[in-house]
Amino acid sequence: MFITKYIKDVFGALKSLGVGMKRTLYYFTHHKEIITEQYPDNRETMHLPERFKGEVVMPHDEKNEHRCTGCTACELACPNGTIKVVTKFEITPEGKKKKAIDKLVYHLELCTMCNLCIVACPSDAIKMAQTFEHSVYDRNELTKILNNPGSKIMDGVE
Amino acid sequence: MFEEIGTNAEGDMMINMGPQHPATHGVLHLVITLNGETIKKVDPHLGYIHRSIEKMCESLTYRQFIYVTSRMDYLSAHINNHACAMCVEKGMQIEVPGRAQYIRVIMDELTRIASHELWWGAMSMDLGAFTPFFHSFRERETINDIMEETCGARLTMNYMVPGGVMNDIHPNFQRRVKEFIQLYKRKIHEYDELITGNVIFQNRMKGVGVLTAEQVISYGCTGPVARGSGVSCDVRKWWPYEVYDKVEFNEVIETGGDSFARYLIRMKEMDQSIRIIEQLIDNIPDGDFQAKTKAVLKLPKGEFYSKVETARGELGVYIVSEGGTTPYRIKFRSPGFSNLSILHDMAKGGKIGDLIASMGTLDLVIPDIDR
Repeated sequence: MFITKYIKDVFGALKSLGVGMKRTLYYFTHHKEIITEQYPDNRETMHLPERFKGEVVMPHDEKNEHRCTGCTACELACPNGTIKVVTKFEITPEGKKKKAIDKLVYHLELCTMCNLCIVACPSDAIKMAQTFEHSVYDRNELTKILNNPGSKIMDGVE
Repeated sequence: MFEEIGTNAEGDMMINMGPQHPATHGVLHLVITLNGETIKKVDPHLGYIHRSIEKMCESLTYRQFIYVTSRMDYLSAHINNHACAMCVEKGMQIEVPGRAQYIRVIMDELTRIASHELWWGAMSMDLGAFTPFFHSFRERETINDIMEETCGARLTMNYMVPGGVMNDIHPNFQRRVKEFIQLYKRKIHEYDELITGNVIFQNRMKGVGVLTAEQVISYGCTGPVARGSGVSCDVRKWWPYEVYDKVEFNEVIETGGDSFARYLIRMKEMDQSIRIIEQLIDNIPDGDFQAKTKAVLKLPKGEFYSKVETARGELGVYIVSEGGTTPYRIKFRSPGFSNLSILHDMAKGGKIGDLIASMGTLDLVIPDIDR
């Protein structure tokens, strides 16, 4: 019958709308199930996983020594020229010439955080830091020199 | 291009939709010829987000070019990386360790769920329902957190490398994936309550944007678009890669061919993905997560092709190698391009309001189409 089908359709439609509204009202009254994070206000409590790829850094120990030998493996592994290794020759106490880094230039504005340089590094000299708020007023500030001024290579790293 | 806009010789109205339109999910530009409210012609204009990824790949080595492909179909970044890594492995004849294969398949399926969830929220928003967007992003956030913990990124992971995966899984990975499966099973009925059963949604979806199997095959559509018209084309079933031949899952096929069939397929595919993950997550074998490979990869001279099932359909990677460290030519067969080309046949004769609904069920990602 047309008329019974029509009435059924109307009540079925109203029911389906009610079911959806019930779900919306459920979350309206259950505030504890809301998972929104208030980002700029929760900076202290916010936790980023240790593998998060924020930017490339070079860790230094307390004697201002790093592990970079200047082998340019990271420069070769980088797909878009983010890393430039500038090397120099140092005279060791034995009088031998030894290759060392002068500076390791890192262009944060080019970096895509692909992690290939970290994987390529044979001496674990660089790693990813968990910083992510990178905005600055001047573009030049994004070009960074990763080794500290006056830093030396760690003993025993070849 | 722009002189076409306005009224043509037959008195039909021509309007622009996009490239900055919220319902095209990116910079897709449609020139629509209208007779009243009836669509006579839909003309997609592409190229607004063309980054020449195929050309870029020719100057990158076989390790480096994989990260670029995350930027094609960014919602299934893992699966794109997977296809490229598989093609390089085929050329180098690298045997991938069992552990890496399991991790890869779990990651692929998590990506598929995340992609379908974003599609569900975005498509509902196109139809005017705003609440579902937040519901789907709640679950998607959990997947993103899992990805962030293991791969270190939320969207463009670059986790698959030739020979395996970049890092071993995080110690928390298995626990968190199981927690996600529990969460998904607890929450998925809300999706049906909010949208699937809704009378307004059903009236806008059923019988709209009907595609026949012949049309779908002739345009080369794959994925949920083809399976919605009853064409069986799942790469995971027909040409199994990694461990897909060891797991049990159903290829979801609907025969309706309308927007609602394509909607149902994606909803059911999420359940199948959960089923695959459940079978694999407890059985990840021990061993290496990456095969021993040379520092510099050199593919032998020849042509190599591999294909995977992304969230949108079949993605093919075709590499021509001259024997050097970089590919001579790379071609990506992206699912989005074929799925977009059927849009005119789908929308012709329908109303302009239905164009949004049926285009939403195509699940277009514009960077995948333009590359």
